[in-house]
Amino acid sequence: MIEASRRLGRLERAAMQGVMVREIVNFSSFWRSSAFSSTIDPTIYLLAFGFGFGSLVSTVAGYDYIDFVGTGIVATTVLFSGAFPAMYSTFVKYEFQHTYDAILAAPVDTEELVTAEALWIATRTGIYGCVPMLVAVVFGLDPSWGMLLVPAIAALAGFGWACFGIFIAAKAQSIESFSYWQSGLLTPMFLVAGTFFPLDELPTWAQVLGNVNPLFHCVELVRHAVFGFEGWEDVGHLGFLIGFALVSWRLAIRFMERKLIL
Amino acid sequence: MLHHRYALGVVSETKGQPPMREATQFAIKLRGFVKRFGSLTAVDGLDLDVPFGSCVGLLGPNGAGKSTTMKALTAQVIGDEGELEVLGYPLPGDSKQARAEMGVVPQLDNLDVSLTVEQNLLVFAHLYRVPAGERKAAIERALGLANLGDRRASKVDELSGGMRRRLLITRALLHEPRLVLLDEPTVGLDPQVRQELWALIDRLRSEGVSILMSTHYIEEAERLCDTVTIMSHGKAVAIGAPHALIREHAGPEAIEIYGPPARLTEVEAEARGRGWRTRRTGTSVSILHSNGAADLGGEPRVTNLEDVFVLLTGEEIT
Repeated sequence: MIEASRRLGRLERAAMQGVMVREIVNFSSFWRSSAFSSTIDPTIYLLAFGFGFGSLVSTVAGYDYIDFVGTGIVATTVLFSGAFPAMYSTFVKYEFQHTYDAILAAPVDTEELVTAEALWIATRTGIYGCVPMLVAVVFGLDPSWGMLLVPAIAALAGFGWACFGIFIAAKAQSIESFSYWQSGLLTPMFLVAGTFFPLDELPTWAQVLGNVNPLFHCVELVRHAVFGFEGWEDVGHLGFLIGFALVSWRLAIRFMERKLIL
Repeated sequence: MLHHRYALGVVSETKGQPPMREATQFAIKLRGFVKRFGSLTAVDGLDLDVPFGSCVGLLGPNGAGKSTTMKALTAQVIGDEGELEVLGYPLPGDSKQARAEMGVVPQLDNLDVSLTVEQNLLVFAHLYRVPAGERKAAIERALGLANLGDRRASKVDELSGGMRRRLLITRALLHEPRLVLLDEPTVGLDPQVRQELWALIDRLRSEGVSILMSTHYIEEAERLCDTVTIMSHGKAVAIGAPHALIREHAGPEAIEIYGPPARLTEVEAEARGRGWRTRRTGTSVSILHSNGAADLGGEPRVTNLEDVFVLLTGEEIT
């Protein structure tokens, strides 16, 4: 028998497992298109820049260009497979499928809902993030033990971006308003992240902006994981990514609560 | 049995206190519940009781505050004033515990359309925390109840409207809840399908499940509910058993008079002049409490809950 006076806790495993089972069962029906779009796009960027830009320059910031872009591209994949699916799927589930109504009528709170969905996207991002890097290996990036850390870095950054995407969706009144976020914020971030060209050569203001860009810290951390860590500098990158994940997580929960609980 | 069987989550530290929910006789208890959206007061001091084992209907025109009230019971709406208790748990604080022990059938179909019938049930067996060893049996039971055993592998978007609604209802019963909330369970369905669902709901009722059902189909409330609460503008305007409400507000018999509009207006004025209550039923005027109105012509008929509903919530559609 249940004692009536007790309360179920916060962030329960059972609740998050339920939300994740829903995601996984749904994923089984669309994993092909998801895996395709999340990995092919960055791979195209990799090949385009690798062959196009790579024929003009052989080394960048002390790296062979294929090494430079083959590691940086992980962050691009993280953005594409983290933020965008979170934005669109959250909006569609809220607006068109009314999925959250059903889930919140079960013993699941908004906090658990958001956390579980972001964790699931982060898991996918951890795996997708490695695909273009493995393609780069085929084109001459040397495998290293540090690559084994890349899924974890991609998943951490992916969690932050997934939460950020959920936050955007929670703020959006219509799906059209995503364009502002995409063109105004995400695209510049994607380009000024040190993925395709180093930030050192840019004007100071762009370098400053780059330093508050989570993608930049993801790029640097992945690059150093593959070619050798740089001590405290990487602790800083890791700290930034953790901070980004935490802030986005709380923002996503706060704004989803505002949207879902009237 | 149909009481909640699955032990969930953590047990609180408070010991030696009698379980609260045994002390209450109500599956749902609202006292002075108020919910405002900006300047609009959607629910305005509502009292509502659902005794254990009974089926209560929440009736009212669109905008009366039914859906807001239903949402408050799962803490998807947080009230501004008043007290709410579901299965003995105070809301919104202990809402999650209450939600673990009740099933909710939403007004809007929110099944996962790209999944199969069985996958939909599997997901909710997890969300409702049916233990791993009992999940399969729970899903089979739901398939049987929904009469969808041979459609288990069909995707939801291949099902008919009636099948979808049956799945939506049985999805909320996977964990054998003691309380079920039904928000407009038969809206938009064919009469045959509606009757099929009534049988399903009646079966739950006979098994002792407490039910709160919002509806604007009067016949549905009349057939299924032990008591109804009629809401208008966020308030309860009448509470009672359907037949008692009919007797009280509409009398035993009505006279229904047909005729051209001019004639109807005339009859209305005449009846009101004699102190009787009338209502327009589209092409006719019904005179209620009308002993001795035979001289106006027209056909006597038995009064119904619709008469009460229209009398109490007003004739104008706003």
